[in-house]
Parts: sequence; structure tokens; C-alpha cells
Amino acid sequence: MSYLIGENMTGGYGAADILHGCNIIAEKGEIAVIVGPNGAGKSTAMKAIFGMLNIHTGSIILDGEDITSLSPQARVAKGMAFVPQTANVFPSMSVEENLEMGAFLRRDDIGKTMGEVFDLFPILKDKRNQNAGELSGGQRQQVAVGRALMTQPKVLMLDEPTAGVSPIVMDELFDNIIEVAKTGITILMVEQNARQALNIADKGYVMVQGRNKFTDTGEVLLNNPEVRKSFLGG
Amino acid sequence: MEDLLNAFFLMSNFVFVPAIAYGSQLALGAVGVTLVYGILRFSNFAHGDIMAFGTMIVILFTWLFQSYGINLGPLPTALIALPFGILATAIFLLGSDKFVYKFYREKKAVPVTYLIASVGIMFVLNGIVRFIIGPDDQRFADGERFIIKAKAMKQYLGTAEGVSIKVSQGLTVVTAVIVVVALFWFLNKTRTGKSMRAFSDNEDLALLSGISPDKVVSVTWILVAILATIAGTLYGLDKSFKPFTYFMLLLPIFASAIVGGLGNPLGAIAGGFVIAFSEIMITYPYKKFVAYIVPGDWKPEGLVQLLATDYKFAVSFIILVLVLLFKPTGIFAGKSV
Repeated sequence: MSYLIGENMTGGYGAADILHGCNIIAEKGEIAVIVGPNGAGKSTAMKAIFGMLNIHTGSIILDGEDITSLSPQARVAKGMAFVPQTANVFPSMSVEENLEMGAFLRRDDIGKTMGEVFDLFPILKDKRNQNAGELSGGQRQQVAVGRALMTQPKVLMLDEPTAGVSPIVMDELFDNIIEVAKTGITILMVEQNARQALNIADKGYVMVQGRNKFTDTGEVLLNNPEVRKSFLGG
Repeated sequence: MEDLLNAFFLMSNFVFVPAIAYGSQLALGAVGVTLVYGILRFSNFAHGDIMAFGTMIVILFTWLFQSYGINLGPLPTALIALPFGILATAIFLLGSDKFVYKFYREKKAVPVTYLIASVGIMFVLNGIVRFIIGPDDQRFADGERFIIKAKAMKQYLGTAEGVSIKVSQGLTVVTAVIVVVALFWFLNKTRTGKSMRAFSDNEDLALLSGISPDKVVSVTWILVAILATIAGTLYGLDKSFKPFTYFMLLLPIFASAIVGGLGNPLGAIAGGFVIAFSEIMITYPYKKFVAYIVPGDWKPEGLVQLLATDYKFAVSFIILVLVLLFKPTGIFAGKSV
């Protein structure tokens, strides 16, 4: 059985449904990427998987367990970590304090995990006592991802992690994401930089208007002429 | 030379020492207000009356202890009664949260709703305090009155002016320092304190990190109980306890919190001293001071007073308005109102 399954998800924020029978599946240690044009429901699908959105039809299954009725906080306790697109750090607290807050639910010694995060993002180690709000956009994204990693999650969900970030930092960020996946963490990512994202993806989901349009490995999707024509830009 | 010394003693006695004491009292009050604003995200208009309630309980227990003959020697008996006042206030505040504010939190009300609810709690406390202890002045200070007496100083040094430092003033400063250091240690070094700062910074992310909103709210109200009761007791020991006066303290306390930057405890402390010094220095008659400084024929005729002492609160009000107009985020750039 697949590790993370969001199946037949249908629902929205209010009266109108945004998702229509959407299916997102990720295996353990896999990088699954959701791409699509603006307004396709990519972030909505991910929020539904995290529980920030109520779906009236469909279910979310994590490691064989049905978690559809759990609140987002409860899902964090089950091993999910979510990095929002904006407002994803505590700006008036230092980098180190941000990481400590990420590990809030843990009662054991977090020093080892913090060391691993600093190994992954060395610049954060230099700036550990600086307030997160003073960092550049790319560094702040690193703090946000680091904060999510502090719970030692089984699934890491990222909402447009490279939004507003320079190309070099974007490459670094994607390299870091691959590193994280190698440790066995399942990655689910919504991205606008579709080409680069599909490059590193094991599985890609192209969504259009709340529905799955194409589902395949990243490589196949990149070479699919219809995908390229419709929104990768030829 | 002696004139300059006299001038310095005069200023110390009538301006610096009282302003430092008053500033410490305002600072403690303002930190309570700023914590509620930063963490619970509303302006708590009941704060002055919470101080009155806490001080009232302290006074009642002080009288009880005094009737039993229990005292602290040179220090005021009120210090022993302080924990009882804090406990009673904490129970009241947690109760008011459970029966009033929680209802609005569940409905996701806008901040102004909480503000009006706090005005309601203010009226309730107003009534309770007057009902129990009456609306008049109450004095409950005992023990030694002075650390240094101006008269003794004048005799010892042979100067025309001396400085008095009351026990209550010294106690205020020492207590304020201890409380502030303890509070900052709590906020910066403990897990609960950091979780409260995180909750104040980014509520959604704090909830996602598993921080319990109920615990943060409860701890905030307990801190408010501690700060308000201590501030109120110190003020009552220094001046006197009168329910109406405590209600009026709301203006300088809010002015202090806003001047320092709402949501920022360090700002609240700085703001407290800014307001205290401004109030006292702007309404002080400088005639005698000027007389000591300038040569003989230039001695001033009038009082050289910028504003009459009746206008003390007008000073706080004007500073508040100016800050809101020109730098609403305050000195330390807190959240704007």
C-alpha cells in the first residue's frame, strides 16, 4: 500500500467545490510534485491533505491509517510537517528559537536534529542567533523548511518553496529537498517552477481546474508534448 | 558650587526620585497591558481596575495580619499579603476568560469586541471593589517610612536642600527590577515563555507547531495577575489606595505601553519612565531650582511651571496623541494600534 494517499478528494473553502475527485499518491521516500496553471487547485489539494480544508468526499490515508477526521495539529503529531508559502517563520525570534519551536511537540533532546538541520543548511548555523525576520527571502525559506524538519516528520509538505527566490537559491533548495528525501522522508510539493520541479520529481501530478489531468513520473511529463504545450511553454 | 549641589538635591527630591518610583509602577502596569495586547491581541481596558482588585485583596489581608500582630519589621506587612492578592486576582482573571473572552474566541470575534468586553469587566470590577472596600482612600502602609530623610541629610551635609527616599520608593524600584528580570528570563529562557512569544509573533504557525492556545492564554492571565497586583500594591504603598485613582491610572499606563511599542515588554518599561518623567517634569515648579542656578538679580518672579499639577494626566494624554499621530508603532516598533 502506498504511504500517503489523498483519494477522490472533493471539497472547497465554502459553498463551491474547488477539488473534484482529486487523487494524490506518494510512496515512502518519494518526491511527488503537484504542478498546474494558476487557480488549478494545487495548494488547495495540499491543504486538503493536511487538514486545513474540509473535503466532503474522499479520504486521506497515511501509512495505512485513515486520518481524514484529524485536525492539522493532530496530523503533525502523526508525522506530517507543513511549510506554508507565506508567514512561515517567527520573525521576531532567532533562527535557533524558530527551530526550537518547530520541535515544540518533542520532549527528547533535539540537539542532534538541530545539528542535522544545520548540516543541511550551513548558513543557518552562522546566523543562528539572528532574528528570522532580518534574513533574506532564500534564507528565510531555509529556516521555514528547517523548522518543519525538527519534528522528524515522515511526510514533508511544501507549498511553493521557491516562490520569490533567486534561481541559484532555487537550485540549492531543490538540492536540499533531494537530500531530505534520501533520508526516507516523503516529500509532497506544490510548485510554479514546473520544469525544475518535475526534473527532481519521482511522481508528477498535473492538475487543471481541480482535477487530475496528467499523472506520471517527472521525466515522462517533461517530455509529454501535450503537457509542454499546455503550460510548460513548449 | 553649593548652589549647584542644592539644585541637584532639590531636583532629586521632587523630580528624580518620585519619577523613578512612579515610572517603575507605570512600567509594571504597562507590561501587563502590552502582554495582553501582544499575545491575546486586544486592549485590556480593565487593567486599572484589575490593579485595584488585586490591591484590595492585599489590603484586606494586610489588615488581617496587622490585627494578628504579624508584621515584617521595617518592611510593609503588605509584602506578606501579596501572594494572596495575586492568587485571588489570578482566579478572577482565569474565570473572566472562561466566562467572557473564551466565548468570543470561539466565535473568532474582531479585537474591538474583546475591548468592549474588557470595558464590561472594568465596570464589574469597579463595582466589586467599591462594594467590598468602599470608594474612599485607604492607607495600609506600615513599617519604617524613610530610608533617608531630607532633614537628616541637610543636618549631616549642612546644605539647604536634602533628598528623602521613602521605603516604599526603594521597595518599588527593587521589586520592579526583580519582577522584570524574572519576566524576561521566563519569556526568553523557558519553553513556555518562548511558546508565548511565538504565539504572539505568528499565531497560525504557532498552532501548527503544536503550541496549545489554551495554555498560552492561561499563563498570560496569570502573568497579568502577578504584574497588576504587584504594581497596584507598590503604588498604594507609595501614595494611597483609592479605587478611582486606579481607574485613572489606565491613561498613563496605556500611554506608556503605546509609547514603548505595543506588544514589546521592554518598550513598556521604557515607556513607563518616559511618561512618569514627562508628567512630573512638565508640571514641576522650577522657581527654586532656577533660583539656585542663576545669579542673584535673575531670580524668577513666577513659579516657572509649564503646566499646573492638575494637568498631569493631560501630559500623558498629549504624549499619547502625539505618538499615535507621528509614530504609532512606538519607540521599539511594536504592533501598531
